[in-house]
Amino acid sequence: MTEMKLMQGNEACAAGAIAAGVRFFGGYPITPSTEIAETMAKKLPALGGCFIQMEDEISGMGVVLGASLAGRKVLTATSGPGFSLKQELIGYAACAEIPVVIVDVQRVGPSTGQPTSPSQGDVMQVRWGTHGDHPMIALSPWTVRETFDAAVMAVNYAERFRTPVILLMDEIVGHLRENVQLPNASDITVYPRRRPTKSRAAGYQPYEPEQDMVPNPADFGTGYRIHVTGLIHDYTGFPSGSPVVTEKFIDRLHRKIAIAQDEITHYDEFFMEDAEYAVVSYGGVARTAYEAVRKARAKGLKVGMIRLMTIWPFANKIIEQTAEKVRAILVPELNYGQLKYEVERAAAGRCPVSLLAKYNTLLFTPDEIVDGIENLTGGRI
Amino acid sequence: MMKQLRLSGSGGQGVITAAIIFAEAAMREGRQVVQSQSYGPEARGGASKAEVIIDDAPIYHPKIIVPDIVLSLTQKAADNYYGDLDRNKGILIVDEDLVPDIPDFPRVIKVPVTRIASEQVGKMLFTNIVALGVLVKISKIVSIDSARASVQKRVPPHTVEQNMKALELGYNAV
Repeated sequence: MTEMKLMQGNEACAAGAIAAGVRFFGGYPITPSTEIAETMAKKLPALGGCFIQMEDEISGMGVVLGASLAGRKVLTATSGPGFSLKQELIGYAACAEIPVVIVDVQRVGPSTGQPTSPSQGDVMQVRWGTHGDHPMIALSPWTVRETFDAAVMAVNYAERFRTPVILLMDEIVGHLRENVQLPNASDITVYPRRRPTKSRAAGYQPYEPEQDMVPNPADFGTGYRIHVTGLIHDYTGFPSGSPVVTEKFIDRLHRKIAIAQDEITHYDEFFMEDAEYAVVSYGGVARTAYEAVRKARAKGLKVGMIRLMTIWPFANKIIEQTAEKVRAILVPELNYGQLKYEVERAAAGRCPVSLLAKYNTLLFTPDEIVDGIENLTGGRI
Repeated sequence: MMKQLRLSGSGGQGVITAAIIFAEAAMREGRQVVQSQSYGPEARGGASKAEVIIDDAPIYHPKIIVPDIVLSLTQKAADNYYGDLDRNKGILIVDEDLVPDIPDFPRVIKVPVTRIASEQVGKMLFTNIVALGVLVKISKIVSIDSARASVQKRVPPHTVEQNMKALELGYNAV
């Protein structure tokens, strides 16, 4: 472990991305994500990397896709309003299978909303904001230290699956400073950029999938010819109108991530051994939920907690198991209700799922969530 | 023992920086810390508040529930942010020139922090570090040595001397 530092969540995000090999940042600064751009601007040039501030979030997304195709590991960071602008190119990255990590430090929306206030209102926009059928990976850290790990993981998943990955932060964790000890560089596993395994003479085709269903298209400038398009394409990378090609392509996009879902689904369980009620929580709100669950336990309520780090793909299995076991689930969210409906879908009637929604710019207090738990239990201990 | 400190003022007075330095000093002494802030969309002006929680155990909920100390550098900040102080144990520290209407609270400490910064250090810019000195003395959470080390680390190199002076002046003003 390295020395103890007082570090901000946004700084930890930048540090994690750099540790995972990111050497190109393009974007447009926006509260509450700006410190990520600032940190990258400060650190990347000294590492032989490149920082570029673009004229808006759309070109910020375009420039990182270009750099990724040219072989760099890339990051862009924004908040809800900027994320909305990036959506078209996020779909392009999903279709053309371009590794990229997009950080969304959530603030209150819609539109420019409340720039400096926390929210979890982008859970669904990161999943479904870009059009068409596509899988999505989104990770939501709850501490500064985990933000570092989540950034490393996000870069690794983007490279491994050749897909856009969302680091779904919130203002609470993004702006929070905590004492952290980061791991030594030698203890960090970094997934290398995938490279062609065949020569052109041996029949290399850029979009031919490997065993893990992910292709190894060559980076630009490495001696291979490559064509990149947002149109559905065959193994050559050129568009195909074939129904067979289309169906196989859309299947593969989903299945390359679905077959690894267990491996990329990260969550914590707290006090679940004898729990009769459960709180399902994520991001900065999980910190308050944890405090509330401890307080409720002290009152004798048999409540536990599932803390989701992987938001997408959704952690169906653990929610199914939890719903099987408990009498009711509470989902506190800093929005009008988003992930609650996913929890409810996975619970599939095994137990009721209640929403505790807050959207007035303030974080929950532990007592508000304790009240939510008490309402759930109906006073039954 | 958990301690909760709130530093408040107007955007640009440096309360967030002071809170960061205080948190870093506590970290130097092996404590767990979380530091958070809330401010409006303005770069300057508007209400600004920074919070520091210090404990020996990991801290989960990152916001203050009942502050032990509230420091306010403007009237608006004092009016807005002293309300949840514990009436028995809590301490309200105000800039005596900028907070003319002292809130009705049992324990109020008045210090002319802004005046000390402009008249004795030379610039109003050092108000936050004078205030930090006051906080270090009153809160008894971190040593002045830890505070000195953190100030040294966080401020621009060419301002270290003046910031040290500001810290000492604040520390000795109460």
